[in-house]
Amino acid sequence: MTRAIVQIGGPFAALLLLVAAFFAYEPLRKPFGGTPPPVEELTVERTVLDESGIALKVRAGGTDPVSIAQVQVDGAFWRFTQDPPGALPRLSGAWVLIPYPWVEGETHKIVFVTRTGLTFEHEIEVAWPTPKVDAEALGRLTLAGLFLGVLPVALGMLFYPALKSGGAVTFQFAMALTVGLLAFLLVDTLGSALEIAGRAAPGLKSALLVWIIAALSCLLLWGLTRWRGQEFTPLGLAASIAFAIGVHNLGEGLAVGSAFASGAAALGGFLLLGFTLHNVTEGVGIIAPLLERRPQLSILAGLVCLAGLPAVLGLWLGTFAYTNHWAALALALGAGAILQVIIEVGLLLRRQIGKQSQSRAYPVVFGGLILGVAIMYLTGLLVQI
Amino acid sequence: MSRMNDWLRWGASRRGLLRASGLSLIAGALGAAARAQSTVDEPQGYAGAHRMPTNAHGDHGGMITVGEVDYARNGFDPSKVLTDWDQGVVSPWTDGRTLREFTITAQDKEIEIAPGIIFPAWTYNGRVPGPTLRVTEGDRVRINFINSGSHTHTIHFHGIHSARMDGVPGAGEVAPGESFVYEFDAFPFGCHLYHCHSVPLKRHIHKGLYGAFIIDPDPARHPAQAELAAARLLGTPQNAHWQEFVMVMNAFDTNFDEENEVYAVNTVAHAYTRQPIVIDRRRPVRIYLVNVTEFDPINSFHLHANFFDYYDTGTSLTPTLKTVDMITQCQAQRGIIEFTYADHETGPYMFHAHQSEFVELGWMGFFDVRDAVA
Repeated sequence: MTRAIVQIGGPFAALLLLVAAFFAYEPLRKPFGGTPPPVEELTVERTVLDESGIALKVRAGGTDPVSIAQVQVDGAFWRFTQDPPGALPRLSGAWVLIPYPWVEGETHKIVFVTRTGLTFEHEIEVAWPTPKVDAEALGRLTLAGLFLGVLPVALGMLFYPALKSGGAVTFQFAMALTVGLLAFLLVDTLGSALEIAGRAAPGLKSALLVWIIAALSCLLLWGLTRWRGQEFTPLGLAASIAFAIGVHNLGEGLAVGSAFASGAAALGGFLLLGFTLHNVTEGVGIIAPLLERRPQLSILAGLVCLAGLPAVLGLWLGTFAYTNHWAALALALGAGAILQVIIEVGLLLRRQIGKQSQSRAYPVVFGGLILGVAIMYLTGLLVQI
Repeated sequence: MSRMNDWLRWGASRRGLLRASGLSLIAGALGAAARAQSTVDEPQGYAGAHRMPTNAHGDHGGMITVGEVDYARNGFDPSKVLTDWDQGVVSPWTDGRTLREFTITAQDKEIEIAPGIIFPAWTYNGRVPGPTLRVTEGDRVRINFINSGSHTHTIHFHGIHSARMDGVPGAGEVAPGESFVYEFDAFPFGCHLYHCHSVPLKRHIHKGLYGAFIIDPDPARHPAQAELAAARLLGTPQNAHWQEFVMVMNAFDTNFDEENEVYAVNTVAHAYTRQPIVIDRRRPVRIYLVNVTEFDPINSFHLHANFFDYYDTGTSLTPTLKTVDMITQCQAQRGIIEFTYADHETGPYMFHAHQSEFVELGWMGFFDVRDAVA
């Protein structure tokens, strides 16, 4: 026991000693002539526009606490209050409230001037009143979320009879199409996650976390689905696909919600319509593994909800509680889930093809793959936030 | 389902038409009947923003820096900079003339240029602008310049002097820890300035190395306009009737991107908005105005509710512009402004640059015109 303590505690004690020695001598201090100026970072996480002006949630980064000395709005110093007041320690946040008469539909630029004279800019692209949390707003967002997630998946499932009547080749084609669709979603989701992570406070290292969480979620799902060492049932595979697509749709909901909240949605109605068309293919993907059996309607409904309802949740969160850091992590989770499902569907497809001549199967598989990606890309053109 | 276009009514209203048509497409796909509306939503939610409470002048409708500058720590107070003429140490010179000796030390110093914003300045005598040197036409002027800063500096005077006394690289440039004596006769009379002429020039000027240099006319040299000259000459009874102020229009590039974040007269943004300049309305006002703003080609001065006479460079005793309410100055241009509030009501009268950008970034102030000033 004592031996174990020494073995484990020893290295830690040595580490502490090293830290103490570092601060005692500060090797970088002498050659660089004293302490260099602090490196400050300030990131805006949320923007709320209402009748009392502009409210911004800011987060500090960098090596030293950030003191917001003054705030400029559109090139004018403006009165503001900060809650909580005072210097912001690394990674801590505060609300900055500016009683500024912003103009609906126009662009406003906010510049934070810190104590050291550094400036951090934040642009409100299209000023628009931030929706308030009430039953009406939640109702509207829910309806929008159903359009975004649930309806298209359900519509996609209507292809079930057509696909079912096709036989083995159709099944392979549908599965390949699913892989193509998922591959598109994987790249899309990872891309969005990294882009959003880039807008989060740098100190949080969100981009690094995106990769880690994506990898971990893939591995975790891989392990969970093999918990009892048994093969995937077709229903299990369909549920996995639905779950992965659900997390992706959560991300889409977040994106649309935050775009609406900030007034940045480029084309309100077209955006939603675009997502609806975009997501129809997802329904095809979910039912593909079930073509060789006859699932109950209730099961199909469950799959639709698993894949589609997260869009509603995403819209709520995106509109009322959006932060780049958490949105990036949610998308990373989705990316990992999608990757895992791609592998599962790919394995299933390979087993299927193994039973027959490859020269016949490959054109079908490649055709499905390419069509899956192509459909997602082309319908994706309708979606520009 | 008939109000489908309401689902997304947070879309921008100017895009209402697109939104409505987009949603009707969705409705069409579902086989439902949608009443596409292209009406524009009423603006909502923000309207109150235009009626936000505005307080007294000190708040200026919210367009103001927040907090107070610690003048004690800065070591200079803009309200005092207005009038603290430095006339030097006086002793007799040949031909009955006067020698005025000044000691100016360049030093690095962090100064607060707006509440909470600390600027790593280079200063003359620890203040920005540097001391306002005030001499009389024909005086012998001797400047003992000591460089205690971290970089090479000079003092380049706008005036008439020899090449050796020009204060440029190669003539009177002083390395850190060394010193130099500039000496010349004070000509011509007027409102002038001095500044560092070491390179890089922009950096040495915008970091704070500048100040006003006023040469008062000698009435004996202008017999035809002796009274006018006497009114300019500090210390005469005629001059005592005037209320004189120096205003150096400057700006600060706090993040060193060659654009100014803060504009002011005499360094501190909104200094005279918070502490208006008290004016006795019975006595005329004379302002020695100097522009040292870096990065912006011109600066300007606008007086509210009044007009003034302007003496460009101050080198004449008759105005170069009569009855104007705004003048512009290029960098290093300067002049004298004269006006009176004798026939005005008492109250706060605004003055500021008439580039709105400069106003909104700190260059504005008030004259507090009163009946009697203690």
